Amino acid sequence: MSKRTVQFKIYRYDPDRDEKPYMQDISVDLEPSDKKLLDALVRLKVKDDSTSFRRSCREGVCGSDAMNINGKNGLACLTDVDSLPQPIVLRPLPGLPVIRDLIVDMTQFFKQYNSIKPYLVNDNPPPERERLQSPEEREELNGLYECILCACCSTSCPSFWWNPDKFVGPAGLLAAYRFIADTRDEATNERLDNLEDPYRLFRCHTIMNCVDVCPKSLNPTRAIGKIKDMMVRRAV
Amino acid sequence: MKIAKHTYDAVIVGAGGAGLRAALQLSESGLKTAVLTKVFPTRSHTVAAQGGVAASLGNSTEDNWHWHMYDTVKGSDWLGDQDAIEFMCRKANEVVVELEHYGMPFDRLDNGKIYQRPFGGHSQNYGQSPVSRSCAAADRTGHAMLHALYQRNVRAKTQFYVEWMALDLIRDADGDVVGVTAMEMETGEVSIFHAKAVIFATGGAGRIYYSSTNAFINTGDGVGMAARAGVPLEDMEFWQFHPTGVAGAGVLITEGVRGEGGILRNAAGERFMERYAPNLKDLASRDVVSRSMVTEINEGRGCGPDKDHVLLDITHLSPETIMKRLPGIREISIQFAGIDPIKAPIPVVPTCHYQMGGIPTNYKGQVVAPKGDNPNTPVTGFYAAGECACASVHGANRLGTNSLLDLLVFGKSAGETVVEDIQSGNLRLKPLPDDAADFSLARMARLENQKDGTNVHEVRLAMQRTMQKHAGVFRFSELLQQGVTAILEVAEQAKTTEIKDKSMVWNTARMEALELDNLIEVAKATMISAEARKESRGAHVRDDAPDTAEFPNGRRDDEWLKHTLWYSEGNRLDYKPVNLQPMSESVDPIALATRTY
Repeated sequence: MSKRTVQFKIYRYDPDRDEKPYMQDISVDLEPSDKKLLDALVRLKVKDDSTSFRRSCREGVCGSDAMNINGKNGLACLTDVDSLPQPIVLRPLPGLPVIRDLIVDMTQFFKQYNSIKPYLVNDNPPPERERLQSPEEREELNGLYECILCACCSTSCPSFWWNPDKFVGPAGLLAAYRFIADTRDEATNERLDNLEDPYRLFRCHTIMNCVDVCPKSLNPTRAIGKIKDMMVRRAV
Repeated sequence: MKIAKHTYDAVIVGAGGAGLRAALQLSESGLKTAVLTKVFPTRSHTVAAQGGVAASLGNSTEDNWHWHMYDTVKGSDWLGDQDAIEFMCRKANEVVVELEHYGMPFDRLDNGKIYQRPFGGHSQNYGQSPVSRSCAAADRTGHAMLHALYQRNVRAKTQFYVEWMALDLIRDADGDVVGVTAMEMETGEVSIFHAKAVIFATGGAGRIYYSSTNAFINTGDGVGMAARAGVPLEDMEFWQFHPTGVAGAGVLITEGVRGEGGILRNAAGERFMERYAPNLKDLASRDVVSRSMVTEINEGRGCGPDKDHVLLDITHLSPETIMKRLPGIREISIQFAGIDPIKAPIPVVPTCHYQMGGIPTNYKGQVVAPKGDNPNTPVTGFYAAGECACASVHGANRLGTNSLLDLLVFGKSAGETVVEDIQSGNLRLKPLPDDAADFSLARMARLENQKDGTNVHEVRLAMQRTMQKHAGVFRFSELLQQGVTAILEVAEQAKTTEIKDKSMVWNTARMEALELDNLIEVAKATMISAEARKESRGAHVRDDAPDTAEFPNGRRDDEWLKHTLWYSEGNRLDYKPVNLQPMSESVDPIALATRTY
């Protein structure tokens, strides 16, 4: 088997050592078993242990290793390394403060997620057994509940870049609709009130970057559209 | 050196399913609680669980907790403690229904109830026929559960310390637990968390093996911390090899695939499980299926150019069923095996998956250790739940879907016990010892100043290859003996690991070196406990304890119906009896019997 070498251009910044960020050119030899970009990054870390990035499940379900790969947000563990033009340019997710290298501060992202009350609201005393829900009602949650909070979508959204403190962003709005769509949730009106504001919902201009980058093939734009529809129907 | 100190009623380490479930109990009780977690809660490895959570709801087939209890005891090869198993199976409906009330998006039956599917080793009427007991959200049950639990904690305003790695347990002169030390990743600073109670919910350590379904973060941090603090580890020789990891990649393919009708085939296309488990076939217990697969491969009936795997076939299922019930599996197969399971079978191989042993606890979640005549004396102030703990409900082999149940039941139970112990005044804030942080600071300083040391990656790899070769699906007396020597050598190398990166900010090299210390404790415990147990039981099957008429399956109840306890200091082994008595007098013990499926 011929040797596979990949060339990287990686955003590096360690506030403890570097005055300012720089792009590092570095290459690494891969083993035949290295298939994903994450495998290559782990291999690179053996060579230079200061290369910093988050990772955990390596199968696209924990949402840790989101980064900007050749200009597009994605998960390193779900990206085939051989499919990428080289040098592979890696940057931290755009729009969030960088802590170090590819590690961003996600406080603002989670603040927006928390702001939509991401939990079921139903103040009726629960029955002894499960609340009933038909398979069709449950199906309404498909495409919504699978979100892994990786932030690929929100950090690819120009509206979120401009107003991260005011616009909820695609991930948060997808979660908002996940609860609106749940027949067990009884807070639809409060949830709509919570979003009725020039910024929180209506900064979405259907640019659809979120749909383009979602590693789980979810569609926040559609969910946002449904919330907007409900808003309009409520008003008339 | 001045070091920051935080004071709480209770500190929970870990924010996977068990930690989050415990946190709910504490937050809702009003106790001042901190949850330390080295990853954002929804990144914990509970998120990767797929097939479901067990509860005898009986939504599509008749069921009751007695049957579930029987299956679990039998699955454990009678090494599980029957009081804890009764407790878990009786509580299952309550904790699953609670989760549904929290908003968990379970799949539904036509009548609106929670969808349930069959799973390995779960049966109706004491082993007679398969039962649908696994409550599922497609094949993303762990993800749905972890998010629902996190969301409920957002509602309960639980205080999280996200991306803080716990370093060491703090015990005072009485041996009581009074807190933990932890490092904040963003600053590299070490702090003390002083508390009346500490709950460990740190998950497993599947990364001791080279080939594992486990996440990078599964480094046995709590287990390692407990061992270093003098707490024994229970039954660490028992590791579950999941039958269906993607060959070459290790990524998990849920047993739910077989629950939905998937079939394992060898190179001849034969459904070989019919020969090994004529009754439950592909849905036999995981240890049985994994051994059958390895036997097929060893006898030359494996698939592929190297005959090194078998095939998991669902091509006979309708694409609709696959898309509806197993959508995540299809994604994983396409991503990691390059195969669409609608069209072709998935190459699979047994892969390290779950740690049955751990920190010894009782069913209340209290950590217990021998003291005087009592092998189960609670360690004051110390609690544990989930995969890091050993209650022991899984014994020598865990049934699929019992891990998500374990973390719900014992996470809740540990939380309830802590609330009770604090509110009753049994637990008070004991003074911190003067040297509370010294041990952690010494570890950090050693790492900081190490010269001409060993390489973290190389030592870790040596450990993983040693474990894989010497303590795998089948175990051999000679290999185990060599394995003990080998792993102790690796442990020596781990004492002088050196990192090049000395930054204070989000230093992942330092984190990996500290994690390796924990992995090494687990690896030593595993190898030494396994070498010593001279019988075959559950997931621990060795060549010198074969299946005979006198000792079916090689199990030696006359000598080995007991729990192993391993102490890090001096690698000392001790043993304690298995509890064969259920919790309630009205419940009959499940009598010892030979395990067949």
